[in-house]
Amino acid sequence: MRAVKIRSTVVGLVAILLSVIVFLVPFAFIVLTAAKTPKDAAALGFTWPKEFAFFDNLVTVLTTRDGMIVRAFFNSAILTIASVAIMVVFASMVGYVLQRKRSRINGVINFFVLAGLIVPPAVVPTIWVLQGLELFKTLPGLILVEATFGLSFCVLLFRAFVASIPKELDEAAVIDGAGPIRLFFTVILPLLRPVIVTVIVVQAVAVFNDFTNPLYFLPGDENATVQLTLYNFLGSTTSASQNNLMFMDILLITIPPLVMYIFFNRQIVAGMTSGAIKG
Amino acid sequence: MSVLTNQAAGAAEVTAEKRVKPPRPPRKMKSFYPSWFYIPAAALFIVFFAVPTFASFYFSLTRWTLFDVTFIGFDNFVQFFQEQQLLQGFINTFVYGIVTSAAKVVLGLALAILLTSQIIARGYLRSVVFFPVLVSTIGVGLTFKVLLDPFDGVVNGALAAFGIDGPGWLTDPNMALLTVAGVDIWKGVGIATLIFIAGIVAIPQDYFEAARMDGAGAWKIFTSITLPLSRPAMGTVVILSLIGGLRSFDLIWAMTKGGPGFTSDVIASVIYKQYQAGFFGLSTAGNVVLFIVVTAIMIPVSRLLNGKGDES
Repeated sequence: MRAVKIRSTVVGLVAILLSVIVFLVPFAFIVLTAAKTPKDAAALGFTWPKEFAFFDNLVTVLTTRDGMIVRAFFNSAILTIASVAIMVVFASMVGYVLQRKRSRINGVINFFVLAGLIVPPAVVPTIWVLQGLELFKTLPGLILVEATFGLSFCVLLFRAFVASIPKELDEAAVIDGAGPIRLFFTVILPLLRPVIVTVIVVQAVAVFNDFTNPLYFLPGDENATVQLTLYNFLGSTTSASQNNLMFMDILLITIPPLVMYIFFNRQIVAGMTSGAIKG
Repeated sequence: MSVLTNQAAGAAEVTAEKRVKPPRPPRKMKSFYPSWFYIPAAALFIVFFAVPTFASFYFSLTRWTLFDVTFIGFDNFVQFFQEQQLLQGFINTFVYGIVTSAAKVVLGLALAILLTSQIIARGYLRSVVFFPVLVSTIGVGLTFKVLLDPFDGVVNGALAAFGIDGPGWLTDPNMALLTVAGVDIWKGVGIATLIFIAGIVAIPQDYFEAARMDGAGAWKIFTSITLPLSRPAMGTVVILSLIGGLRSFDLIWAMTKGGPGFTSDVIASVIYKQYQAGFFGLSTAGNVVLFIVVTAIMIPVSRLLNGKGDES
């Protein structure tokens, strides 16, 4: 028994050491480089900053291009909140009826849900549609696109959770005189709270971190999202001397997901692993 | 005799029941689940997903610029498979998708077994493995681009300390794609691990105990209990990582932009490049090719994974 204990401790220690090297060093590197002076940061080393310029870098990043990153945070906040709100309401309605009602169109709907999950969105035709609706290069346009692309995943989560709510509850509410709308919004929706939290957290992180869709559907500096602020550092013209600012930017946009993770660890895990047990 | 009366009584009961509460058969209940609940989501789905997808089949057959659309048949697809740089992107998509998802399955399963066993600091290890999943892909890409710098980068610096001459991770045409795939694995292995953990935890402990009673070793337990019983988890990991890997764009764009040359281009980055260059028809043809690749791989894979186990 003692041998087993010693072995588990040794394995644990090795795992901790490896995890520090593989996973923590890159994050430490981000933080350290964000605190360096331009010259120091251009050396690319994993070293303690010779001189702390953390605050200076922060101010520089926040004020470049007339405070582009502040505006970007504002845009990303609106984008995330609005698109996730749409996903929650629309997808819960679909998931609920899809689970409760047996009908011929269920098969069709299930097919489209899966298609939405698998099929890669067609980029230029989507721009063409957005242009036709005069929504191209507008925040509302991007909100609707993000909401659409997230719907399928949300429907699957909602459908699975609705199955765990007893149908007798619906019948009781109906006998008490509730109509279909009251039944859903005042009886069912509140019971969906755990899965709603999961959907909100998982999708909020996904939308906030999304780079591709804003790149295509919302180009331009004035309504950039946070991920697009990093795009300026992608250009070949930028030299290593801006490394400190780039890593400060990365650090800033990593904070919101980090906060989400700290507070909603359990819900994130629940959302990401749903379907792991029942295919 | 008594059976008969019982039956009669039963029948009477049924009819009585019917008479007492007629307005509650299941057909009535059905109307409390209104079909129009589908409409808001369906409207979004049709306008922003279905219409563009169907339109892409038409536009892929055209020369499409900012100004006009000309029907040119299959020329875009011919061009796609004739030009070396576009073809390279096509092949790379398979390499990237298969390498990343295979590695995520193997590493994820290994990590999940480690993290469900009795070791110290389990909670810390789980969080640390998972955290990269939540960090912005572009941020990860840019960070590793700096870490993997061939001359001053931290990785090659560390290798040099052991006397190893580190390669030009992102500058060597033979390595760039696999390096990006490696970073993708680093970022995504946490979610695979988590899914496998959920799958393994769901296996009843009695099975392991019974196997140990029968004298099964660790390897035997792995091959005859853990592996077959975490099959649903395996299916989820394979499907998720294949979908992500085949469509992957942002990490590649952040790290190499498809370079050096076009050696690390994938279909998704070709789509973006052609779009930027104003060749909308060719870009859309790329989209259609990606669509076909993804469905052609996903349908047999999900059949295979769901069929044998017969869970759903």
